[in-house]
Amino acid sequence: MFMSRIQKAFEGGKAFIGFLTGGDPSIDKSLEFIFEMERAGADIIEIGVPFSDPIAEGEVIQAANIRALSGGATVRGIFELVRRTRQKSEVPLVLLTYLNPVYHYGYGEFFAECELSGVDGIIIPDLPFEESGEVGEEAAKRGVDLISLVAPTSEERVEMIAKRAKGFLYVVSSMGVTGVRSEIVTDVGAITALAKAASEVPVAVGFGINTPEQAAELAKCADGVIVGSAIVRIIAEHGGNAGERVYGYVKSMKEAVGAVR
Amino acid sequence: MADETRGRFGEYGGQYIPETLMNEVHALERAYNFYKDDAAFNGELGALLRDYAGRPSLLYFAGKMTADLGGARIYLKREDLNHTGSHKINNVLGQCLLAKKMGKTRVIAETGAGQHGVATATAAALLGLECEIFMGKEDTERQSLNVYRMELLGSKVVAVTSGTMTLKDAVNETMREWTRRVHDTHYVLGSVMGPHPFPQIVGDFQSVISREAREQILEREGRLPSAVLACVGGGSNAMGMFRCFIGDKGVRLIGCEAAGKGIDTSEHAAAIARGEKGVFHGMKSYFCQDENGQIAPVYSISAGLDYPGIGPEHAYLNDIGRAEYVPVTDDEAVSAFEYLARTEGIISAIESAHAVAHIRKIAKEFRPDESVIICLSGRGDKDVAAIARYRGVNVHE
Repeated sequence: MFMSRIQKAFEGGKAFIGFLTGGDPSIDKSLEFIFEMERAGADIIEIGVPFSDPIAEGEVIQAANIRALSGGATVRGIFELVRRTRQKSEVPLVLLTYLNPVYHYGYGEFFAECELSGVDGIIIPDLPFEESGEVGEEAAKRGVDLISLVAPTSEERVEMIAKRAKGFLYVVSSMGVTGVRSEIVTDVGAITALAKAASEVPVAVGFGINTPEQAAELAKCADGVIVGSAIVRIIAEHGGNAGERVYGYVKSMKEAVGAVR
Repeated sequence: MADETRGRFGEYGGQYIPETLMNEVHALERAYNFYKDDAAFNGELGALLRDYAGRPSLLYFAGKMTADLGGARIYLKREDLNHTGSHKINNVLGQCLLAKKMGKTRVIAETGAGQHGVATATAAALLGLECEIFMGKEDTERQSLNVYRMELLGSKVVAVTSGTMTLKDAVNETMREWTRRVHDTHYVLGSVMGPHPFPQIVGDFQSVISREAREQILEREGRLPSAVLACVGGGSNAMGMFRCFIGDKGVRLIGCEAAGKGIDTSEHAAAIARGEKGVFHGMKSYFCQDENGQIAPVYSISAGLDYPGIGPEHAYLNDIGRAEYVPVTDDEAVSAFEYLARTEGIISAIESAHAVAHIRKIAKEFRPDESVIICLSGRGDKDVAAIARYRGVNVHE
């Protein structure tokens, strides 16, 4: 039976999904950091496509978007990053992008480019279930999984969303925007349980996760854990020299997540 | 006009927002659909509009302008005489009342020039709601008096430091705050934009402008006007001015966009003239954007029109040819601002002066037995210092 790269990523136990903003501080450095994350054990890499107005992001990733755009990052540049990663690696790659850059590129052309360069999945935070029909079809034609999100407020919507989920289902752990939180106060276990019950694809939890302890705790109820702001913060602090620290951080997180059965 | 099931105006509109907010916008839609036809709610809102906001607003025949320009008989719909000095109060009283009915205890809002922020802070004070206003840092400096005004009214003002630090960024930050505290907070969106049902709700609450104006002009002139004009940023006073005339095919609907330093420069905010279709701030519409789909930094002398998009119903009215949208530059708006002050003794908002500027260009195209109505959306006290600076005069605020 055919298994996608994303499906395979969840085969060997709990998955760790690491995020960075593409082109922060440069495409070359993003390529290096992706390989560092893979070497440290990341099972899926999520690449943020820089956008002028990322309304679902907290300050850390907003700043990364500005750095990347100031550095000249474009959608075409991100596809180039994917192509160069694919020349050396089979690590599953998921793009996180706001809808306007995709709409502007043209849905058909965008997903054709995804297929050509080797993108496995796409997350669009401002494209909720009800609006996802056309994009979902274009993505499916090109073998790209449109990954759905559920939030703490999605209780009555989980089943509808989970039934049509592709790739994996992204459970947003907390209210608000992305960013490191010292504690996660919502009952993420309950919404994750609802998601798992209704979903045929794996369920991964993200938003606010920072420490190995938090990651391990959340991995108990989910199939994977997504970490963004904590990695982007390391890149913000150390710029082009962040490679080794990104490796060290992702390794500690993957070990914590992987130890959970 | 809206497709009731998906909140569309033709292909425009929709609900392009994070999943975290979806449950809430559905709840808002249900509440609105109930209360909009509820006699008690409408009675309460009607009383507030009459006794507190000062409605109906006057329809004033601008005789000197008419004589000076030649052509159409020019009327001004005086939204500048409302409590808080602009049309914004029409919408915020409706939304704050709705928020209370929904059990919310707190409201948040974005503001550019401060008109919508002041109106929201006012309604929140009156109705006993906690209130927080998000304003681009650059705008808090340009409009420091309005910041203090909102604080006097008991609101907290947050200076937004992300992005270009103007209206667009204030909207981003208000949306982010809404996702944090959706359980007790209603987002009082200030224009006919954002995700469904906001374009419909704001358009409905603002339609009081054209409902009154239509009645008033029929009484005065015995016939409908040949055109109605309004400035357009997001487009709330324009939609208010257009709504009840949409069915009257003989009435031209004219929206005046901010052309800043000119639509052939990079410094304008003309979403219809120079924007492209896109999806942003919860809606599909026209937006000023670059070749990579990044939202463009926009510019206008008027902070209230300094927004890269336009409401979806306007995009639709433009495409079907029912409404026309024309660009008006800073220079033209400032000179119209001065012209109206000298000719009629009215200091209007610089936003509204964009519409006044356009009638100066086209008044002669009409016969003397035809009439036109300009929506004078706000008063100009807030702009006096900026206009003085524009003319090189240094005044202390």
